[in-house]
Amino acid sequence: MADHRSRLAAIVREHEPHIVADWLGLLAKVTRRDAVDRNDVEEHARSFVPLLADAMAADSSGDIDGPAWSKVREMLTSLSAGRARQGWSPSETATFVFSFKQPLFTRLCEAYRTDPDGLARETWTATLLLDKLGLLTTEVSQKSREDIIIRQQRELLELSTPVVTLWEGILGVPLIGTLDSERTQVVMESLLQRIVDSGAAIAIIDITGVPTVDTLVAQHLLKTVSAARLMGAECIISGIRPQIAQTIVHLGVDLGNVATKATLADALVLALSRVGSAVTKAAPRA
Amino acid sequence: MLDGKPAEHIPILKMGEFLLVSIQVEMHDRLVMTLQDELTEHIVRHRARGVLIDISALEIVDSFIGRALGNIANMARVLDAATVVVGMRPAVAITLVELGVNLSGVRTALNAEKGMDLIRRELGLSGRRDAGGA
Repeated sequence: MADHRSRLAAIVREHEPHIVADWLGLLAKVTRRDAVDRNDVEEHARSFVPLLADAMAADSSGDIDGPAWSKVREMLTSLSAGRARQGWSPSETATFVFSFKQPLFTRLCEAYRTDPDGLARETWTATLLLDKLGLLTTEVSQKSREDIIIRQQRELLELSTPVVTLWEGILGVPLIGTLDSERTQVVMESLLQRIVDSGAAIAIIDITGVPTVDTLVAQHLLKTVSAARLMGAECIISGIRPQIAQTIVHLGVDLGNVATKATLADALVLALSRVGSAVTKAAPRA
Repeated sequence: MLDGKPAEHIPILKMGEFLLVSIQVEMHDRLVMTLQDELTEHIVRHRARGVLIDISALEIVDSFIGRALGNIANMARVLDAATVVVGMRPAVAITLVELGVNLSGVRTALNAEKGMDLIRRELGLSGRRDAGGA
């Protein structure tokens, strides 16, 4: 068996320029990209073939996890990751590898014209190898995309949880978006830290931007309120829309003795009176 | 107060009609029970009207200690002393909330100064700030 596989490497090496040329022709057909991308593809294809031949010659076991295949894996990994960032779909990336089959098989047919058994064996070996490599690219593209999503989630988390000072001793926490346990944690931590830093006595949590309030979200809100209270700050929940009020009551959520207001303005008036300040209209200037 | 016992305990300071408890060491279960005994005894003996429990140095709490602190504060209230727990750290507050210990019925303040204001206001004494009625 071993000598058959080493012939695979030899065939690729021997016909390298032809195989690359055929492959590039094929790639140009299957990838609908502009000139810049085509240059990239060409470069990748030219560097891929010798790496593949080396790996096949060094390790013919068909296992691409071995050390002999590390360069091929590295190259495909960086290629797939790069393409995922550029917005290529996983199947487009995998096509890069799969399309290599046709030029390779053409050469195999020529080499094994007189030996159908050998041809079948070699074709099978090559198919297995290229399938594994193709799957590797898919996996990497998927992984890179997930990484991008996770990074964006984290950025979103930071973006959407500011704690602002509304007045001396009054903090505002405008919540935008769904309140899950992770965000609650972030909101709670930043709110409590601000309470310590500013010595605020009142925090207004505005939920105008929270699309839905279910029992879980309510529980998260109450946790935040409780934690702030333990630090000696009182919380007011504002921005409760009519639908939200209905949902809260229908769900049987008990907001306890937390002060709630329909609008942030009402909450601010209440907070001001609690800290002993008031806003009055200035006398009109003459 | 100091009866020469080698067992560790939290000092309870008497300042006029107020009692001051500042927890400066790691709490453990027996210590918190000792504090409960001693504080209730002190309140009755000195007829204290206000109790301030400072936990600003407390870094680690479990549910037992959290609940026990709440109990102590509630006991002090039952003994007719305005009680306030002050200086809780953010991490401790989050931990207690996650543990389901809300210390309901216990008054809290950010620091000792604000806690004292709160007690004074509650007792109808003149607070430093006249603003903000109870």
